[in-house]
Formats: sequence, structure tokens, C-alpha cells
Amino acid sequence: MQFDQLLQYTLSGLSTGAIYGLIGIGFSIIYNATGIINFAQGEFVMLGGMLTLFFLEALKLPLWAAIPCAVAASTVAGLLFERLAIRPLRQPTPINLVIITIGGSILIRGLAMLLWGKDTHAIPPFSGDEPIAIGGATILPQHLWILAITVIIVSVNRFYFYHTISGKAMRACAYNRRAAGLVGIDVRRMVLFSFIISSAMGSVAGIIVAPLTMTAYDVGVMLGLKGFCAAIIGGMSSGGATVVGGLLLGVLESLGAGLISSGYKDAIAFIILLLILFIRPQGLFGKAESERV
Amino acid sequence: MNRDLLKFLAFAVMILLAPLAFQGGYLMNVLVFVGIYTMLAIGLNLLLGYAGQISLGHAGFFGLGAYLSGVLSATYGWNPWLAMPLAALLVGALAFLIGFPILKLKGHYLAMATLGLGIIIYIVFNETVDLTGGPSGLSGIPNLAIGSLTFDSDVKNYYLIWAFTLLTILLTLNLANSRVGRALRAVHDSEVAARVMGVNARLLTVQIFALSAVISSIAGSLYAHTMAFVSPASFGFNFSVELLTMVVIGGLGSIYGSFLGAALLTLLPEFLRAAQDYDIIIYGGLLMLMVMFMPGGLVRGVPDLFRKLLKKGRGSHA
Amino acid sequence: MLEVAGITQIFGGVTALEEVSFTIARGTITGVIGPNGAGKTTLFNIVSGIYTQTAGRVLLKGSDVSGLPPEKLARLGMVRTFQNIELFGGMTVRENVMVGRHTRSSSGLLACSLRMPWSRREEANIRTGAMKWLEFTGITELADVTAGNLPFGKGRLLEIARALAVEPEIILMDEPAAGLNSQETQGLARLIQRIRDLGITVVLVEHDMELVMEICDRIVVLNLGRKLAEGTPREIQENIEVIAAYLGDDT
Repeated sequence: MQFDQLLQYTLSGLSTGAIYGLIGIGFSIIYNATGIINFAQGEFVMLGGMLTLFFLEALKLPLWAAIPCAVAASTVAGLLFERLAIRPLRQPTPINLVIITIGGSILIRGLAMLLWGKDTHAIPPFSGDEPIAIGGATILPQHLWILAITVIIVSVNRFYFYHTISGKAMRACAYNRRAAGLVGIDVRRMVLFSFIISSAMGSVAGIIVAPLTMTAYDVGVMLGLKGFCAAIIGGMSSGGATVVGGLLLGVLESLGAGLISSGYKDAIAFIILLLILFIRPQGLFGKAESERV
Repeated sequence: MNRDLLKFLAFAVMILLAPLAFQGGYLMNVLVFVGIYTMLAIGLNLLLGYAGQISLGHAGFFGLGAYLSGVLSATYGWNPWLAMPLAALLVGALAFLIGFPILKLKGHYLAMATLGLGIIIYIVFNETVDLTGGPSGLSGIPNLAIGSLTFDSDVKNYYLIWAFTLLTILLTLNLANSRVGRALRAVHDSEVAARVMGVNARLLTVQIFALSAVISSIAGSLYAHTMAFVSPASFGFNFSVELLTMVVIGGLGSIYGSFLGAALLTLLPEFLRAAQDYDIIIYGGLLMLMVMFMPGGLVRGVPDLFRKLLKKGRGSHA
Repeated sequence: MLEVAGITQIFGGVTALEEVSFTIARGTITGVIGPNGAGKTTLFNIVSGIYTQTAGRVLLKGSDVSGLPPEKLARLGMVRTFQNIELFGGMTVRENVMVGRHTRSSSGLLACSLRMPWSRREEANIRTGAMKWLEFTGITELADVTAGNLPFGKGRLLEIARALAVEPEIILMDEPAAGLNSQETQGLARLIQRIRDLGITVVLVEHDMELVMEICDRIVVLNLGRKLAEGTPREIQENIEVIAAYLGDDT
């Protein structure tokens, strides 16, 4: 195995990994604010890509205008999802929440199929597709876009969670929802916020990855699950740890596909997921919490 | 207890006589599927409705049963009647072993882990081409036969499948009304209190997980031997979700509810031929609506609705 | 019957119990009392196998049962009730008590599915066994009511009936009088004495001093995680330190 090849796999793994990380943060934000694992998370990733395409082709907007429109529309979808499906739930048991978010995810996917068909589409790269050589490997400008946007989003996130009132309130909810409610934080609003933020982030992830991997009505399933895997590796953190989890997953997957078999590429993520859940459910970097029943 | 037996007998008679009404028509084939799906839904319901543990990977156990039976009989020439129990045994053992670590997880985490397990199994079906034929499937699986009676027509298959399904219903009803069924419901209602009463909650849920996998595996074997062909597409994540929908629509913790859910979801697409590709939207919508407005499922929700309507009716007349 | 030896429990740096030791004799009623935050419920959770202590041992009938899970302790003859009653809300009163017979029956998955003759016989025994304890606690007429619909006081009785159905040698009750009116509390006092008369050892954590003083043979007082005193109700009532602790005089 040549070094160049390893480098190539690692580099391309990093950019897919960054996407997993972003999607994973979306999972974590909702989980921390509400205790819900949103099975529909992947659908917002799909919506990002498909809506960009819609604004580009149906409305003939330029790319720079189509992207914010797509993010805004996906965010509205996230908001509606929380208002129409999660909030009215009369018996919010974990099983009911799993079922309702799965139902929502199927519904969103089905509607996307109804609206845009089953074809796979491409979005143009943000700045050309001239390969850039790094050592013996090459990367595309889009890879750099992905990494840069990931860094920006993680930084903005960090600023939001640590330096704004509403971000701090979200963190309070994550530590203890009841206590947060008692000190006057509007927990229900924070729940809504968490859905807004994570659907926005999911759609961004879907948009920046679309020029590389193409997009279709059903891309959300796998991307969502791998995002969840990243979040589990990162211990459901809404920051760096989950991105690191995503990068790790992306690189392992890319190496596995290159060195072992591309058919088992998707299995790698799920084997890692199961191993982590079995052995270190608190994540790779977290400390074991002392358990109080 | 006697009333339960009468109810079961009435149901069995209805099933036995149903073919007379449809006289070998196309619907017979559909009713064969209703039988297989009823078994699957009951298997999942034991876990979800009684033990209160979710699984999004049951299509995997269904597929394992189908493939093990298919490969053993088609490729290695085993008698299907031997392949079927061996498949069930292997799948049960696998579920039992994986049950200990996986059922340590709760709620959302359990859902994700079982989902992951199901997808891994699905990928294995696709990738072990030498054994399973990969994405294009495995054909030439022999039909089941008793002496010179080969189960090769819709009507014969109907009685074969429903014999198994009725047996499953009877045995699970027995189980539900027994010491074990009570312990299971107790764990569901309050795990800590059940444990204080001496119920080994962990072992019990793992056992039920394995039992539910065994039922799915047998359903899978029956599916393989009646269809004579299997391919991975029937055992993906979507099918796990479809099973979940059947159980939820019918009613968690109700055996007959599982039949109702399986029948509805199998027959509905037949009547909605025009909507073919879009049945998935209907599943999604149904799942959401049921959880929001009829969390007890049809078996409890519909009688409740009637009662309410009746009350309203009387109220307006008075 | 039960011996607690040097139990210490630390939760993330906070010491909830420190070196608590006492012995409970067979066939007695013992009250564990103390002001809020004294560590009573923590102690109960340790003894009943729900928490695992940081240090110290629990001995049941002379053998070390530290760290055993509640389901094992049930088989060894120890059950408990909960402060905020933990019923099986979706099941009938009768079925709740029938679950109590779990350790006294053994039919497995297969025997139950096949309704084997012996499992049917066992089921009949479970049923009659359950009725006996419903009668004992005086809630026979509620047998077919769904447990989730019971008024609180009746729920308390059901929880006790269910615990008795295990046929324990020792029963731990966590604030059995909480939420009961004075008439119900009187009934409870008689019931606890009748349980003791069956030869079952009773340990209760309780806030209702009147009840404790009336029925307990011995009392253990906890304060701030330590054992403050131990003795007969009379001794405890006259103990200066105990009085001080209850008056909040900790200077």
C-alpha cells in the first residue's frame, strides 16, 4: 500500500467525515435540549440539497441566492415539524417519540419523492472542479469548502452556546431541564430553537456535500444514521467532539472502502456504532458518569 | 380464560373458511402474506407491546430465517423441514447473545442500535454474493412438502401459512396470560418494582427478544419456501418500519391487533394500486396520526370512538 | 435477621451515609427515622439492592448480600415497598399480586406457551395464593380493578399485598404512611402488626412519629448520614441528641 493512496483515502474521508460531524451536531443539539433522538434529522440534510436544486432549476436563482433560500426553507420545515408533530404529542414516551420521528422522516422523504421524483441530481460545485494536488494526492475545491464551512459552523455554534443568553439557556436545559424551567427558562421555546438550529445545520451539511455525492430524495437515511454515529462517538456533544467523531468515522470508512471492500463501507459505520454503544455508551472521549438510579 | 379460547376458535374458523369466499382468486396470495406478516407483527409486538423494548432491526431476523432456510435447502439440498428449525435455532441463539449487550440500551439508543444491526445484516445479504446471490437474489428454493403433498398453490400455501400463524397466535396468547407474560408486563410498567418482586428483568427481556427473533425467523423460512425466491430488498430498513407500523396501528400489546395491523397494511396497497410508489407516504402519515390520536391502536381506539359517538348520540337525543 | 455493617455511600463527592451499622432481630418491627436528608431512603436503596454502596456490608440471615440485585434478594426472602408506590398500573389488582408469586413459581417461556399441565396447576396456585394476600390486606373486592385507577390509600395496601405474596422473611417499607389520612394510618398500623405476627420482620422508614412510636419495637435514628441513636421508642423519645437534631439545633 502506497503512502499516496493512504493520503488520498484519508483526505476524502475527512471531508465526508466533516459532513457526518455537522449532522451529528444536529442530533446532539436536539438530544441535549429534549432527550429526543430525531430520526428525521437526515431528511433535513436531504431537504438542503434538494431545495437548493429546486431554487436553482425551477426558480432559476443563482447558486449564491439558492443556498440561503434552501437553508431558510429547510429551517421552516424543521420548525413546522416540531410544532405539528413533536409538541402536540400527548404521551411523549421514548417509544412514541421514536415512532413519530420515524413517521415524520418517512413522510418528508415521501413528499420529496412526490415533488421531485426518484432521480439523482447534481449541484454544481461552489468554485469549479479543478483538482488541487496535495503531496501525491488530489482534492477538489469543494472539499476545502466543506472543511472551511464546518470550521465556521462549529465556531459560530461555540459562540452561540457560550456567549449568548439563549445559547446559555440551551446549555442549562441540557444539564437539567426541570431546573432550567424553574429558573425561568422557557424550555418549550428552547426545544423549538433546538429543532430550528439543527434543521438549519443539517440542510447546510446537505448542501455542501451535494456537489460531491449528488443528491436524491432518499440520501437522508444513510447520512442521518452516520451523523448519529458521529454524535455517539462524540458522546452527544454539540461541539468539537462530535466533529472529531465524524472525521474519525469518515476516515475509517474511506480507508475501509479502499483497503477492504467498498461493499462493506456502510457496514463499518454501523459496526462502530454498535461497538461504541456496547462498550463506551458515553462516547469515545467522555468520562463514565457515576450512575444514580 | 374460556372466553379467550372461544374467541380464538371463532377467529380460527373464520380463517379456515375465508378461502371459500375468495375461491382461489388473486386475493388468496395476498392473504398468504397477511399470515406471514401477522406472525412477524406478533413477534415484534411481544417485544414492543409487552416488554416495552423497541426494535428497528426485525426485518434482519426475518431475512436471516429466509436466507438460512433458502441457502440450506436450495444450495445444500437440505429438507426444508430440517432447514427451518435449524434456521430458527441459529437466529434465536444470535438474538439471545446479542440481546444482552443490546438490551442494556434504552429507548432511542436501543432503537438506533437495533436499526444498525438490521442494516448490517442487510449489507451482509447484499455482499456475500457467493452464498446469497447478492442483490439479484436467491432462486430455486424448494416448496415445503408433506409426503406427496407439495405446497405449491396459493390455496395450499394459505392453509400451510395460516396453520403456523394460528399456532403462533395461540401460543403467544397463552404466554401473555401466564406467569411469564405477567412478569413481562410488570417490567414494562415498573421495572424496579418487578425486580423487587424477584423478576429478572434483564434475562426476561433478552429471552423475549430471542423468542421474537425465532418467530420472525420461522416467518422468514415460510416466506422463502412459499415464494421460492428471496432477495435483500425484502429485508431492508423500510420493512422494519413497515412492521413497526403494523404493530402500532393494530395496537401495542394486543395479539389480534397485530393481525389487524398486518391485514390492513397488506391489503391497503392492494386497494390503492394507483398510489403504488407512494404507499410509503401513507405509512409515514399513518404512523404519525396513530401515535398522536390513537396511541392504543385500532383494537382500543375504534371501540373507544364508537363509545364516544354513542354517548354523543344519546346525549343529543335526550 | 438483617445486619448493616459500616455502610458508607458517596455520591460524586457528597457523603450521603457514613459508617452506618445496626442489627435487626427476626420478628421485630424496626423504624428508621431522622430529619430530611438524613440518608434514610439512600440506606433503603442500598439494603434493597437498588444502589451499590461505596463501602460496608449488608448481611441477610448471616450471609453477605452486598451488591446483590433486588431480584436475587427477593429469592432470599427480602422485599420492599416504595414511598411513591410503584404499581403495575396497566394490570389488575389481582394480577399485581400474582406477579408477587413470581419467585414461588417456575414455569418458563416454553411451558407457559404450551400451557403444560404443570404450568396450568401452577397458575391455579398463583391465583389462589394471590387471593389469600388480597384478603389479608382487605382489598379482595378490588381484585379486578386496574391498579392505575386505585385511590392512593388502596394502592398502598396493594403494594403491601404484592410484597407479602412473595412470602418474604423481611419486608422493608419506605414511608408507608405518607399520603394516608389518619384513619388509613390506623389501619396500616394494625396491618403492620399483623404482618409481624406472621413472623415477618418489618423495617420501616417513616416520618409519622406517632405511628413509629406506637408500633416499633426498636428505632434507629439517622442524622446527616450518621447513626445518631438506637433503642426502644421510649429511649429514643428521651434522647437529648435526637431531640436536638429534630429541632434543628446543630450547633
